[in-house]
Amino acid sequence: MSNPKDSCFHCATPIPKGVKVELSIDGKQESFCCPACRAVTQTILGSGLEKYYQHRGNQQQERPTEIESEDQLALYDNESIQAPFVRTIDSDRKEALFVIEGIHCAACVWLLEKHLTEQVGVTSFTVNLTNHRARLVWNPSEKPLSELMAAIISIGYTPHPFTPNQEEKLYEQEQKKAMRRLGVAGVGMMQVMMMSSALYLGDAFFMEEHIQNFIRWTSFIVATPVVFYAARPFFNAARRDLRTRHLSMDVPVSIAIGGAYIASVWATITQSGEVYYDSVSMFTFFLLIGRFFEMKARHRTGMAGNELANILPASATRLTETGEQLVPVSELNPGDRVLVKPGHSIPADGILFTQHTSIDESALTGEPLPVSKALGDPLVGGTINMEQAIEMEITSSAEQSRMSSILNLLDRAQADKPKAAQIADKVASYFVAGVLLTAVVVSLIWWQISPSDAFWVTLSVLVVTCPCALSLATPTALTAAIGSLRKMGLLVTRGHVLESLAQCTAVYFDKTGTLTTGKLTLRETTPLCEQSVDELNQLAAAIESRSEHPIASAFAPYFEYSVEEATNHVGRGVEGTINGNTYRIGKPGFVSELFGNQPPTHPEGTGIFLLMGNSSGPLAWFSIDDQLRPEAIEAVKQIQALGLPVGMLTGDREANAQRIASELGIDHVEAHLSPEDKLARVKAMQNDGERILMIGDGINDIPVLSGAQTSIAMNGATDLAKTSSDAVLVSSDLRRIPGSLNMARKTRNIIRQNIGWALLYNLIALPLAASGFIAPWMAAIGMSLSSLIVVGNALRLTKQL
Amino acid sequence: MEIVYLLIPVAIILVAFATWAFFYSVNSGQFDDLESPAHRILYDDDEDMIPEDARVKKEPEAPSSETPKD
Repeated sequence: MSNPKDSCFHCATPIPKGVKVELSIDGKQESFCCPACRAVTQTILGSGLEKYYQHRGNQQQERPTEIESEDQLALYDNESIQAPFVRTIDSDRKEALFVIEGIHCAACVWLLEKHLTEQVGVTSFTVNLTNHRARLVWNPSEKPLSELMAAIISIGYTPHPFTPNQEEKLYEQEQKKAMRRLGVAGVGMMQVMMMSSALYLGDAFFMEEHIQNFIRWTSFIVATPVVFYAARPFFNAARRDLRTRHLSMDVPVSIAIGGAYIASVWATITQSGEVYYDSVSMFTFFLLIGRFFEMKARHRTGMAGNELANILPASATRLTETGEQLVPVSELNPGDRVLVKPGHSIPADGILFTQHTSIDESALTGEPLPVSKALGDPLVGGTINMEQAIEMEITSSAEQSRMSSILNLLDRAQADKPKAAQIADKVASYFVAGVLLTAVVVSLIWWQISPSDAFWVTLSVLVVTCPCALSLATPTALTAAIGSLRKMGLLVTRGHVLESLAQCTAVYFDKTGTLTTGKLTLRETTPLCEQSVDELNQLAAAIESRSEHPIASAFAPYFEYSVEEATNHVGRGVEGTINGNTYRIGKPGFVSELFGNQPPTHPEGTGIFLLMGNSSGPLAWFSIDDQLRPEAIEAVKQIQALGLPVGMLTGDREANAQRIASELGIDHVEAHLSPEDKLARVKAMQNDGERILMIGDGINDIPVLSGAQTSIAMNGATDLAKTSSDAVLVSSDLRRIPGSLNMARKTRNIIRQNIGWALLYNLIALPLAASGFIAPWMAAIGMSLSSLIVVGNALRLTKQL
Repeated sequence: MEIVYLLIPVAIILVAFATWAFFYSVNSGQFDDLESPAHRILYDDDEDMIPEDARVKKEPEAPSSETPKD
């Protein structure tokens, strides 16, 4: 939106050269990068939702995916397929759960909710911005589910049916429980504090005894649920830790809370001594807040990615004696005949039964160019049929297909993943042992000096040294940093990312789809006649305009006029007629048949070469290749400037890999690697003590993404690659990676400062408390102040972008 | 000072009520999404709810579907 001249009005990505897709909006001519974006904008404006473009600001929007064919969506109207994610509320209302792909800001939520609630038959549609889940309540007799899903797709988002699994349900319950505990502790703390100040003042102004007693009893009533309900997780954790003989911060916390509470109850009943209900509640509340933030930071962003693994099984068209039948892939058996349309993925391993087609195996091998397949050739499940509708026979069920074996690698890789050392945990357990020891020593000494003071001095020691600041040191810094990273466009999905990014010693990239865009583009046109390059490109675009072949998409940006007539010669090229002249583009042999001579030799270089010619002779060579991301060079330089070596692991051929590597200045290149090889390379390096950051996108990267210490998936990555990686680069801008490395290092520094401060504070406060200069309430204030300083320090991370 | 015998129990009842209300809102999912409501309030999408005679005159290049006034 910032500059209509060179970036797309809808998705804000730069418009490729030569593309002219325009739409008049409010009398202004706006440009788009592709017809899909224009279609989305048309739908949005057509439903009167133009406010979306104001609300969202300058956010980048994902490019809309091509609409799934309607018959495939119609599969979702099938009762048995709806079963996992649709619930019947009453006779004419049903509820469906989705995870919506492509949401990044509140404007997206607004647009989705507005657009869907305007549809006929929709009772309500609510979208959660945090976890991208949507809940749709509609009347199935008025509108089938598939049409509502199509409505979501038409505005540029992808709905995935969502079945919450057991773990997620637990997590949700956990979160609600934590919130309720926080509420009880917070409200209780405020109330008890109010009554305690009355008691403190009462001491000074001679409050009558019976009122003091009454206030003590009421404080007891309010503080009891705080201890027994809100503080329960600390007691449970402490018990568990003691059983496993492992010291965590929960142990002294439990002793302090439990001890102070019991002493206060005793004092209340016997009407003697001091009550510490205020300290107990405040202590609980502050600790719970720290835990809550930590839980949020560690879990929140993970959720959106994790659910994508639950997408419904893909569908396949089975050919039976009675005709075509749409079935879920899981129901396919070896021996079944299946029809696969162009652009659809092969449902399971099998054998080609059609004369010819080309298959995009980039997900499996990283090779960006489609591979030709002939009758009887084996096809791998999960790869994509590019050229024409094919028939194939399934040889192994979906679970046994090669794709699935890659997924099995994933589990093993994850188990071997090296753990990032978490400094705070290590420090904490020493610290806790120290505190407990000191508390015991202090209480013994005071028992000798003055038994009546021993209890509150010990309590002060426990409260003042409360690991609050220490326990807040890491979570607050993590929360702040993860928030900042998200603004930068890196979605962190695992908790250890910041720690392990800061320790990373080498960065490895996949090639196709990561360093390159993964889309075929026209790299060079070498004219063999007098016509200019532009004219030749437009001519080629016209001839290719009716072709479904992926190579044709490389010419799409130059499209100006259409061909009159075109025929596809599968595996060889395209023939087209323009102004009565016949042209051919494709393999040199195919084209040279037109002019009857030997084809000319192609220029030097890598990639695929296509010849164009007519009856009078050859016209031009086109060199087509997968192109580097424009910012890749800068990103690699920045990473190298941080002192980290950069490498590349690819499944593509050596020559292509070397060319890309030399353009980027990458020294360490390994090509022609299978998914297993990639994982083995990374594992070997990690065994040598390296800490690897791996960035990839395809199915073939999944094992290595889950095996590398840290892994980042590109935004365009397959869902599974996103799920098995630790973070997703939503902005697709590689320069965010050095930025994130920087942020991780800063976070590590802040955490160290925080821990340093917390320890320093304790070193000063501990002797004072041990010598009896600090009353428990003073200790509580000191503890809060030190926590505030830690939080303030962590907030500095949100400012540096 | 005997009034505290009334006021403090009243305060505790109010606290209990507040806690109950909080539990209710957490359980009914009002805290599930802590982000979008903060933004949603800023969106001016209530134009159709403004009564006809209270509407501010639109900009000249407004869509022609509006019936022109004056």
